[in-house]
Amino acid sequence: MIPAGHFFIVASVLFVLGAAAFFVKKDLISQFMSVEVMLNAANLAFLALAPRGRMADAQAVVFFIITVAAAEAAVGLAIILVIFRRRKSVRTEDLNGLKG
Amino acid sequence: MAEILFYLLSAVSVGAVMGMLLSRNQAYGALYLVLAFAALGGLFGLIGAPFAAVIQILVYAGAIMVLFIFVLMTINVRTGLPPEKKKWTIGAAILLAALLLAEIGLAAQGLLRASPPASPAESVKAVDIGRLLFSRYLYPFEITSILIMAAIVGAVVLSKKKDAP
Amino acid sequence: MNPFWLIPFAPGAGALVLILFGRVLPRRAVSAVACSSVAVSFLLALASFAGLAPARAAAPLVKNLFTWIGAGGFQADFAFQFDPLAAVMVLVVTGVGLLIHVYSTGYMAREKSYARYFAALNLFTFAMLILVLASNLILMFVGWEGVGLCSYLLIGFWFEKPAAARAGKKAFLVNRIGDAGFIIGVLFLLFAVGSGEFTAVNQALAGGGLTKNLATLIALLLFVGAAGKSAQIPLYVWLPDAMEGPTPVSALIHAATMVTAGVYMVARLNALYTFSETAGAVVAVIGGATAVFAATMALVQNDIKRVLAYSTISQLGYMFLGCGVGAYAAGIFHLFTHAFFKSLLFLAAGSVIHALSGEQDIRKMGGLRRYLPLTYPAFLIGAIAIAGVPFLSGFFSKDAILTAAYAGGHRVLYALGLIAAVMTAFYMFRLIFLTFHGPERLDAGAKAHLHESPPSMTGPLLILAGLSVVAGYVGLPAVIGERADLFRRFLEPVIPALGEGLAAAPEWALILASTAAAALGIGLAYLFYLRRPSIPIRLARALPWLHKLLLGKYYIDEIYEAVIVSPLVRGSDLVYRHFDLKVIDGALDGTAAATRAAGRMAGAFQTGLIKDYALVFLAGVAVFLGLILCVL
Repeated sequence: MIPAGHFFIVASVLFVLGAAAFFVKKDLISQFMSVEVMLNAANLAFLALAPRGRMADAQAVVFFIITVAAAEAAVGLAIILVIFRRRKSVRTEDLNGLKG
Repeated sequence: MAEILFYLLSAVSVGAVMGMLLSRNQAYGALYLVLAFAALGGLFGLIGAPFAAVIQILVYAGAIMVLFIFVLMTINVRTGLPPEKKKWTIGAAILLAALLLAEIGLAAQGLLRASPPASPAESVKAVDIGRLLFSRYLYPFEITSILIMAAIVGAVVLSKKKDAP
Repeated sequence: MNPFWLIPFAPGAGALVLILFGRVLPRRAVSAVACSSVAVSFLLALASFAGLAPARAAAPLVKNLFTWIGAGGFQADFAFQFDPLAAVMVLVVTGVGLLIHVYSTGYMAREKSYARYFAALNLFTFAMLILVLASNLILMFVGWEGVGLCSYLLIGFWFEKPAAARAGKKAFLVNRIGDAGFIIGVLFLLFAVGSGEFTAVNQALAGGGLTKNLATLIALLLFVGAAGKSAQIPLYVWLPDAMEGPTPVSALIHAATMVTAGVYMVARLNALYTFSETAGAVVAVIGGATAVFAATMALVQNDIKRVLAYSTISQLGYMFLGCGVGAYAAGIFHLFTHAFFKSLLFLAAGSVIHALSGEQDIRKMGGLRRYLPLTYPAFLIGAIAIAGVPFLSGFFSKDAILTAAYAGGHRVLYALGLIAAVMTAFYMFRLIFLTFHGPERLDAGAKAHLHESPPSMTGPLLILAGLSVVAGYVGLPAVIGERADLFRRFLEPVIPALGEGLAAAPEWALILASTAAAALGIGLAYLFYLRRPSIPIRLARALPWLHKLLLGKYYIDEIYEAVIVSPLVRGSDLVYRHFDLKVIDGALDGTAAATRAAGRMAGAFQTGLIKDYALVFLAGVAVFLGLILCVL
């Protein structure tokens, strides 16, 4: 059997990769996708760290996480659509309204 | 058997994410992610959470990523964006990512040394999870449904085209 | 109940009223307040003097008003003391002060800042009275500084004139140098004796509480202050410049009272100066040297007031000479008579200047005796008195000093005094002959307005003239008889007698010598300026370097300027430019600039891109995690 720790390593690697992708990418959608990656990595970590006897609760929680992620993705993408309509661009370099 | 599957699935998911990171084309990236999430679903199953695995494939890989692709099609972004002005942020990000990985590793030393094995065999039945959802996690369940509704309404309102005055 | 301690407060109240309300009061009221306050203090002085006679015990009357400084073991009281010496000084200050106040009402009648003048004059009287009545050195120093301040205010009274403003500043600064020495001397004295009270000092000296070296040090330091205040070498340079002030001011402050404060101080501390022979010698030598030195400069001056100024410096030298050889009473006696005839001379000169609508150059005068029937005799009496002609006051006081010098064996000092006496007679009568006699060299405009002064001015002149004649009779030389020498005996409780006088024969010889000196001086002046006016012109041409040297006041002012003042000013400027501007301002500006730069750097983080914000966020998480890991 594979020790749960191995799964955790994978989860960490995925998380860190998602974080790096967030900074490397220059457009909003890709950045949003990398956030999803991070969420998934968190999911895997959660399952890996759950005690063996509480897998039911762990899966319930994962259920919730996925649901919330879905809702968040829907709303976030709608926002991206609106931004695109306004600015005709999703390049994050152009979205510096918070400057100063 | 399980080990081979584990290493295979891990490699696929990490590789797919790397692919998403490295590719310039957002559509390719989305597709890469579909692959990654699918592999992740497999990993969920290996860890002894089949319910989670199915939900992952159905919702994440199936619905969310499809949503991403829809939006990508709507926006119709051209590929080949010019390189970033401040290159140093990329380097800093990579450095920070590595640092973070090291820290996580350090933090989880104890766990990594002695971690119980995961087995798909003695998995919980779905019916048990369902029972949990309606008993112990009833409150978050209901809240989540409201959340979904809010998300639907929000998304519809946001993406509605403004009618001409 | 002797009312002596009230004496300073009348002019003090007057000063306060005039300072606060002077500008809104009518001229008459100002004159009334100013003159009456001094009159009140004069009357009080007379009353106190009368009350002193029966109780002329060895101990002075002391009135402690309140304890001013009480710090640890040290105490300084605001206390006055009254004894024969204080009585003499108080009578002089209030009496002559009153006459000069009255004179000023006439002289300054058309002055714009009438109230300011009288406020300062009253304030001066107040400070001077505190000085002479103080029972300890610290309160005396308060008065000392006060008169210095009023001197500055009054010299620079017409401060719109740059020369006057500069003169006031110069007086104050030179005095300050003297005061520095004075303060250090007082500190040493306080250290040695434990109290500034004069009675305590005398007790310490009598009981052997001071070593000779310490006493010498203290005496010399205090004398530095006296040299500043009383215009002796090397700190006399402010007095001629002080003539920029109004003439009554010159009469009161720079002839009769303030400049005599130094002499008073030495006389008050006569025990100290007797105890330390070195200090006494220094005082006498400087006094004698100054007497001759200043007289040489008076020989060639062309401004009527400058001649009188140098004459004052010279006469002050005489007073210090007297004190230095141990004849403190003689020094005070000369102070007493000098107050009368010198203020008379100044006021008469003021009358001349007033008559000529402001002319002060004697080369533009001449033959004025026809036009100024009251001023001329007054001036003449003053000149005769100062020249030391017998039977007038100046003769007796000068003779007392010279006799004391000779009797003490100080032949060189005696010779210096005699030479100075000849010169005094000479330059005074030069002044008389050039101003009042001889051909008229007046400006047409001045001549047109020529008029004798009003009674407010001539009245005090006549009173002072009378005093200049009779005041000497309180101090007749002892040879004349037992009834003579009243002045010195009056002062005996304060100034114990030292040594015996001369035998009769030498004393008469000295009297003869003094008379001869006066006659010689007057005769030479008559020769040079009335009989054969060509002589001084030929002399000046024969010895041009000497004439220039004397006229240029030995270039002492220029030397001071080059050696002391200029380097100080340049040094200060250097410090200003390199330290004040660069370091202090630089630090301030630098701090501001650094803050601005820091702000700009911090602002660079606010790019507006969420990615960058998230990067910082991530970095924060990494740091935080690291911290937790380290702690655990």
